[in-house]
Amino acid sequence: MTEAPRFLDAGEAALVVEFGEIVDPAISDRVLALDAALSADPPDGLLELVPTYRSLMIHYDPLVIDREALVARAGEAAARASDGARPSVRAWLMPCCYDAELAEDLGEVAEALGLPAEEVVTRHAGADYRVAMYGFAPGFAYLGGLPETLAVPRRRTPRPPHPTGAVMVGGGLAAIATFPMPTGWHVVGRTPERLYAPERAEAFLLAPGDALRFEPVDVATFRALERRAATGEIVAQAASA
Amino acid sequence: MSALRVLSAGPGVTAQDGGRRGYLRFGVTAAGPMDRLAHAVANLAVGNPAGAAAIEVSLGGVEATAESGPLTVAVAGGAFAVTLDGRPLPPAVRLTLEPGTALKLRAGAAGAWCYLAVAGGFDLPDVLGSSATHTRSGLGGFEGRGLRSGDLLQVAAGRQARQEPGAIVAPLLERRPDVIRVVMGPQDDYFADDQVAAFLAGPWKVSARSDRMATFLDGPTIAHAKGHDIVSDGVAMGAIQIPGDGRPIVLMADRQPTGGYPKIATVIGPDLGRLAQVRAGTAFRFRAISIVEAVAARRDEAALLTRGIAFEPVIRRELSSEFLLGLNLIDGVTGDRPGD
Repeated sequence: MTEAPRFLDAGEAALVVEFGEIVDPAISDRVLALDAALSADPPDGLLELVPTYRSLMIHYDPLVIDREALVARAGEAAARASDGARPSVRAWLMPCCYDAELAEDLGEVAEALGLPAEEVVTRHAGADYRVAMYGFAPGFAYLGGLPETLAVPRRRTPRPPHPTGAVMVGGGLAAIATFPMPTGWHVVGRTPERLYAPERAEAFLLAPGDALRFEPVDVATFRALERRAATGEIVAQAASA
Repeated sequence: MSALRVLSAGPGVTAQDGGRRGYLRFGVTAAGPMDRLAHAVANLAVGNPAGAAAIEVSLGGVEATAESGPLTVAVAGGAFAVTLDGRPLPPAVRLTLEPGTALKLRAGAAGAWCYLAVAGGFDLPDVLGSSATHTRSGLGGFEGRGLRSGDLLQVAAGRQARQEPGAIVAPLLERRPDVIRVVMGPQDDYFADDQVAAFLAGPWKVSARSDRMATFLDGPTIAHAKGHDIVSDGVAMGAIQIPGDGRPIVLMADRQPTGGYPKIATVIGPDLGRLAQVRAGTAFRFRAISIVEAVAARRDEAALLTRGIAFEPVIRRELSSEFLLGLNLIDGVTGDRPGD
């Protein structure tokens, strides 16, 4: 039995289900388990679910479901999700090029960590990640699972815009960014996958809760996969974990 | 097919439908109107669904004309100065816009936003289920950006009947801005009791640097009891966050879906448009109410919209002061005001 979450009101149309106040894989797993449970069986009046590292925000229509009914429903779902076996999640093997040509900041990250670049790649590609949340900007996915030995601070000043599909580390966290933008993170790799394709049924390939590993590919393979992705093919491999 | 030609537009004029739904969990901003009620009134006045795409007009104003045929349009929102080929019209009005005539909306006596809706709605591309513009990410609306001189917005098929201008009878848009109601939380426990009291005592003024993303407030400085950095959590529209400098920021339509400052309180849904319409420099206070009261206010607002929109003939006046007087008389006969 785990501790019950706190229910906090964010106005009369949003409820925060808070499992903790820190970044912690166990807390994130509980958030994602409730997110999955409510997504699979949403009560009438539930509008949107927004998972974060610490909490799940439930946007709802209070003229359809009242707060007390929603709290009861979310509380039961959270208890069941915490006590039951971890549900199977979608897992991706995501091609990632760590070549210096595309991994623009890998060298400085290696230097900051006092590790050879190859060792940073081995550790980054050897870890199991999970999409903990999106935030900050459209398509900016925060990942849980970065090895502690790869924790580097963010930049003091932002770097110029990174390209689409940037695989990044910073502030002790890992991220994968869909759209180019200036960033305080460090680009350690790049995926050729089209993470956003508006013509697909699921426009964003990675959903909160998905598991993820990176598979190193060389520049030539990256370019070939990029061409295939441009035709609409999903080049990452999906499996259930 | 008829179209609306933008002759001039100030900064911050964008196309907005009811907002983007279902993509907050992918970091995508909802956008949509700053004043949902006014946006709905403009749309309903031309027979559109409440959440159809309309033009949100900032204090920068807009001037437009019809092309390839007449358009039935409606204006509603703040008390903007509305003219049709120089003829002053009420700030909430339905009219026929003919090719060759110019409709001008300029900052007027009060309010910060107004809406220009067209019968049939604007024919804009669907981006993630919505035509709302989010300029920061270049998503949706008209090429993902604010409107400017020369833009041509196609109009979806709709009945464009020629008719005399009619003033929209909309007492529901006469919302007093002096008290904005909030529900405390979600992080009001990050503030000592005297700081919560100072927050509610105010008074607050809207800062001139406010935009669609955030309303910045000038007033007392609010101190944190437990620090100002929290691990990010979800952000509702109307969330009042207190950053490190203690100066409150109300997160509005273009907010990010998550954020990392403590949020002392949240503006209730029915008062979001009211707050959006407060001009920079105008003083107001917050009042804390319960969830039950907030839901009742929401129910009242929904009921007002289902009553439909009524029109009064526009009385021609040569002098604008007399014209405004005539407007007051028209409003005076409508009687019952929305309770709050």
